[in-house]
Amino acid sequence: MIAFVKRYEGLWLFVHSPAAIVAALVALMIFLGAVLAPWLALVNPYDLASFSLFDGLLPPVWQDGANPKFLLGTDDQGRDMISSILYGARLSLVIGLAALTIAAVLGVGLGLAAGYYGGRFDAIVMRIADVQLALPAILTALLIDGIARGILPAAVQQDLRVAVLTLAIALSLWVNFARTARASTFVQMNKEYVQAAIMMGQHPLRVMFVHILPNILGPLLVIMTVDLASAILLEATLSFLGIGLPADSPSLGTLIRIGMQFLLSGEWWILWIPTLFLVALVVSINILGDFLRDVFNPRLR
Amino acid sequence: MLTIKDLAVKFPSRFGDFSAISDVDMTIAPGEIHGLVGESGAGKSTVGAAVIGLLSAPGYIANGTLTLGDTDLRTLTEDQAHAIRGDRISMIFQDPQTSLNPLMTIEDQLIETIQAHSDVSYSAAHKRAVDLLEEIGIKDAAKRIKAYPHQFSGGMRQRVVIALAICTDPELIIADEPTTALDVAVQSQVLDLIRRLAKDRKIAFMLITHDIGVIAQIADRVTVMRQGRVVETGETAQVLGAPTQPYTRALMDAVPPLDRRIDRFRVPAEEGHLAASAGISNAAEKWLLEGQQQAPMGLSLKDICVRFAGPRTSIFRKPDPYIALQDVSLEVKPGSIMGLVGESGSGKSTLAKAITGLIKPSSGTMTLGDLDLPGGKSRSRHHPSRQLIQMVFQDPYSSLNSRHRVGAILAEPLWFYGTVQDAQERTKLAAAMLDLVGMAPDAIDKYPHQFSGGQRQRIAVARALLARPRFLICDEPTSALDVSIQAEILNLLKDLQAKFGLTILFISHNLAVVRQMADDTAVLRNGQIEEINASEKLFSSPEAAYTQKLLALTPVMPTDWTALRA
Repeated sequence: MIAFVKRYEGLWLFVHSPAAIVAALVALMIFLGAVLAPWLALVNPYDLASFSLFDGLLPPVWQDGANPKFLLGTDDQGRDMISSILYGARLSLVIGLAALTIAAVLGVGLGLAAGYYGGRFDAIVMRIADVQLALPAILTALLIDGIARGILPAAVQQDLRVAVLTLAIALSLWVNFARTARASTFVQMNKEYVQAAIMMGQHPLRVMFVHILPNILGPLLVIMTVDLASAILLEATLSFLGIGLPADSPSLGTLIRIGMQFLLSGEWWILWIPTLFLVALVVSINILGDFLRDVFNPRLR
Repeated sequence: MLTIKDLAVKFPSRFGDFSAISDVDMTIAPGEIHGLVGESGAGKSTVGAAVIGLLSAPGYIANGTLTLGDTDLRTLTEDQAHAIRGDRISMIFQDPQTSLNPLMTIEDQLIETIQAHSDVSYSAAHKRAVDLLEEIGIKDAAKRIKAYPHQFSGGMRQRVVIALAICTDPELIIADEPTTALDVAVQSQVLDLIRRLAKDRKIAFMLITHDIGVIAQIADRVTVMRQGRVVETGETAQVLGAPTQPYTRALMDAVPPLDRRIDRFRVPAEEGHLAASAGISNAAEKWLLEGQQQAPMGLSLKDICVRFAGPRTSIFRKPDPYIALQDVSLEVKPGSIMGLVGESGSGKSTLAKAITGLIKPSSGTMTLGDLDLPGGKSRSRHHPSRQLIQMVFQDPYSSLNSRHRVGAILAEPLWFYGTVQDAQERTKLAAAMLDLVGMAPDAIDKYPHQFSGGQRQRIAVARALLARPRFLICDEPTSALDVSIQAEILNLLKDLQAKFGLTILFISHNLAVVRQMADDTAVLRNGQIEEINASEKLFSSPEAAYTQKLLALTPVMPTDWTALRA
């Protein structure tokens, strides 16, 4: 038993951290809901035939005039709020995860190489990172959006909105990964096991990815969780501002933007429910990130 | 004066209380230097921390009495304990780098401490601070006192730490490895100072160290600890000269003597897996001998210079280079062991890095056998020397990749150099090699952190051997290890060298260890060779003044303990 607990130190800490358990449950439920949306949702917001205008603007069940079929009410088009949110979360998570993956691959690769080679290469990569940091994510998104509009034919533009948005988010997130990977690589470069590998004459790529990368994964995993929350928020912000996804593909950001129109007309649920949902998702991911940081950094325990 | 009786310290953990020390008895009289020796994990520092009341949380004193004079240290309130710390008991830590505040001048730190413990005016405190610095041997103290810690050398800094410890006239000073981070010359000065303070001021010292040479040199009485318990205690000459306990005897046997060369160290048989060999080491031995077609290879260095770019002070001028090695010429005879000694910063490790191609010498030539060794990046990744030269590093905690299994670490050279194509063969050979270096072969499925320092160093040796090297560089391979483990590793290296005709460059700051290992010895100082000679000659009749000084300052075991007792 003792050996088991010692071996799974992180698991022990997890079991003894109520906040982490709650956060993990919330995040897990949202992830499952998003993945299983086509089977769980009452209506499909992309399918006009699955909902009816007659069900429009119904309040949540605990208010007068509600239809028990729609637990959290409906929007002006008659779309079930729960269904919209599940589909919205699906899109938000896909964009967030895709952007995160691109940012991680780009950032970790560049950061590792900068830490490994040092010198001029390092200086160039890090100055690019500095410039990137100086540009707000929204500006980057506008820039990429503008370029995409300029060079892509109008026909494919609509289809590529998701890709453009993902790329814009990835570009504003890679710097975190690059900086952390570079700093950790610097530390590892002084370790004798790395010198031993270099001495043997192993290929730089092998030294970087087989020897160094596994040793710097801890801090990178933490950044990954925290940045997933950032990516989702960023997507919501961009969509809310209208730079991101069009109104007919309901991500969490678009849902909130649509809800804004009803804020002052009494239909509060159309705005508040997706907003609270977004907050729950982001907060739980952030708590998990904090927890992971504690696990990987024994000094904070 | 200090009396410790039945002391037990426990650390609560998730898995029940862990007993760090138990049944420790000890008395220290005024003016006595009491040595506390033991290997890492013996609980030496815990005793010191318990006395001064600074046990790291959540450790607690479970049992026993601690009395200083007629004060019971265990019944003190937090405030009383705080008042006693510094006033009656002081502490000297290992690392003078970190025990002084880098942002305060020496003056401020001394005066702060003096005023914290006695109600004196600033000018009186200042005068006392200057007097103290002069007493501990800092020249021109009135001026030097304005300096910041970084403006002092390591030895000077440790003196300042000692000045801080004695500025309140304590009765007892706990010195936790006070000279471990220092070079021999500085170490002997600090030890002299401690001895003088004990004699003149009647301060009692609890000297915690793993270095038995230091104890032999200055301790009046000694307590040997092992696994949290006292093994033996008494007069230094009696305990070390005529040990009654087998552990003390084994410890003494493991200390390499400076004045003679012994062939093998006696190692306590219960330790290590050497006794119970799994009997598959033959396979590894045969495999290694297969690769011995080539005759032993010597290494010759001619006029090696290494310069590093200095700190840049101007945009327009190139900074002056820092010269790490200057005109170093060495001849390591085929099949022999060349020892390389020198103090820290003398360029020992830089030389090793130049030979292995990690850094590029600015001039000079290196040849291994009849193979030319290009320096730094100009040595290609496929240069044969990449296989022929292998290295055993100083720190066994960082020389093995902690995210790889031991099996993967050991199989890597076999795969990389293409010597064994079949993956199963590689694993088999790795296991056999572990057996050869005295480890259980099932270690291949474990991770490095599951092993002790000595075991990891064995794994590192096994990794080096699996490349089938002809030339091995050992850079301080035992300086991170306890003496008994050091003895095992040195025995192992000697055996392997004899069996496989390896040529070894053995780098160490420890003269006694080099004497045991090396056929020839080179002495390095500030990047230059001071003396190269056959070890026997160099150690018995050193020519260079620097070598003589180093030898004279190294703490040695007296050959005749009876003389010391008188």
